[in-house]
Amino acid sequence: MSVLIFVENWDGKFKKLSFELVSYGAKLAEMYATEAIALTIGNVESSELVRLGKYGAGRIIQAVNPGITSFDSQNFTSVIAGFALQENAGVVVLSNNNTGKAIAPRLSVKLKAGLGAGVSKLPATISPFVIYKKVFSGNAYANFIIKTDIKVLTLAQNSFELIENDRNAVISQVQVDWNSAGVKTKVNEVQKQDGKILLTDADVVISGGRGMKSPDNWGPILEFAELLGAATACSRPVSDEGWRPHEEHTGQTGKIIAPNLYFAIGISGATQHLAGVSSSKYIVAINTDKDAPIFSAAQYGIIGDASKVLPKLVEAVREIKGK
Amino acid sequence: MKILVCISHVPDTTTKVKFIDDFKKLDSTGIQWVINPWDELSLTRALELKDDAANGVTSVSVIHVGPAATEPTIRKALAIGADDAVRVNADPKDAYYVAAQLANAIKGDAYDLILCGIESSDYNGSTVGGMLAEFLGYPSVSSVSGVKLENGQVVVIREIDGGKEIISAETPLVAVVQKGIAREPRIAAMRGIMMARTKPLKVVEPVEVDALTELVAFEMPKPRAACKFVDPENPKQLIELLQNEAKII
Repeated sequence: MSVLIFVENWDGKFKKLSFELVSYGAKLAEMYATEAIALTIGNVESSELVRLGKYGAGRIIQAVNPGITSFDSQNFTSVIAGFALQENAGVVVLSNNNTGKAIAPRLSVKLKAGLGAGVSKLPATISPFVIYKKVFSGNAYANFIIKTDIKVLTLAQNSFELIENDRNAVISQVQVDWNSAGVKTKVNEVQKQDGKILLTDADVVISGGRGMKSPDNWGPILEFAELLGAATACSRPVSDEGWRPHEEHTGQTGKIIAPNLYFAIGISGATQHLAGVSSSKYIVAINTDKDAPIFSAAQYGIIGDASKVLPKLVEAVREIKGK
Repeated sequence: MKILVCISHVPDTTTKVKFIDDFKKLDSTGIQWVINPWDELSLTRALELKDDAANGVTSVSVIHVGPAATEPTIRKALAIGADDAVRVNADPKDAYYVAAQLANAIKGDAYDLILCGIESSDYNGSTVGGMLAEFLGYPSVSSVSGVKLENGQVVVIREIDGGKEIISAETPLVAVVQKGIAREPRIAAMRGIMMARTKPLKVVEPVEVDALTELVAFEMPKPRAACKFVDPENPKQLIELLQNEAKII
């Protein structure tokens, strides 16, 4: 058997989450004393493919077909299922991002393989196969047994560290069947946000809430984010009011993120907000109300008015960074 | 065009969950049950599409897998404006089991568009919609933040990493929807509540399906260490702590 890792590429490029996935899959393969195989679909330069090998993949498969011009969940599922059977995969690992969420459930039915969605660590044991995941939006956790021979897992983003382990992976390019006529979802247009750090990819996130009082007060947040190379986010009332775009809303019904460092500025920390950010490694809160629930989720806090504290923080970072 | 909205019945999102039976079961004492927030938004969008006569939506139905005790949640969906409902009379065992029951209950009913919320706020799996599509052999689009109907085709906005795709899809289609699909969930009016009592609610018995996963036990999150407070007059100290103690920046 083997562990098959589906690694998405973005216009032929990989990113940190790709290497997290390969690191995870390689560790899982070690538990089975078997090989980790990384699979990507579409054209990727070999210099980029080689990068997957640095995180423990024994083999790298690039599935190509001139017909593959955009994502289609049915066809991607067929290609991945085909390799899972051909490589006798015991586990198929995908990211819990938008693409993984689109494919993994279909794959689970196609392979009749139990699905562990949004896992954040390796299984406690592989026989029985026990996974650990967040439930009730982070208000609890649960262990589940996956009972089928083949398992499908999706890994929560930024939950597993990169582990370098160069195995001189063998790279192969494989022509696959692609049912162009069976593509029932046609991408008419792609709108990209260029140049911005993606909220779900960011190591540091600066987030503002209603305590910022007005959309005109966002300047220091943007400046602070720029200095730290951070992405910006906001709470639900802020996006509902239209102070910030809805893509920035983090929380239960918005984006669920797990950066290394999350700044909650003028955010009280309702259960629904914490559900979206509680997996952050460190939370820093700035709030005027010392009893705000955000302080029980935070490791560091400042009780004070964001409009007074933030400029001083910006100044302190400038000083330290020598800017 | 017939639209179907899949509905999950979940504890109100502000619930402080507790467990019984050695952490094997949710303690339902005092829990307020609601329509899963994303499903409620799906239903709202489906009704908005029906409101515009140009779209030619003939009916909006809802379906739910759950025992008789969950019927108030289905009646609520009918009160909000769904035309009819189906309940599969079974305790959900896992996502695969639920998707298989849904697929069995609706096969043969010619729904053109099936809307599922991206996840339920209890198991946070993001799984049932995609599984249902695969069981039915239908195309699916996930992470959908907008849906409209244009000349018999469904046009959806799919959120991707760092952008959006505008996709036209053939029907029947399963759209797995998230934030953005509708602005505010629609609320039941008194007239709707009265009408809901007499709207059709069909009960379907489950088929035999094995769950593929099994709960071992729940756990409560580990308590976080107490927050360390920094003097608001000297926020530089915070940056130093993040650099030297947390070693994070």
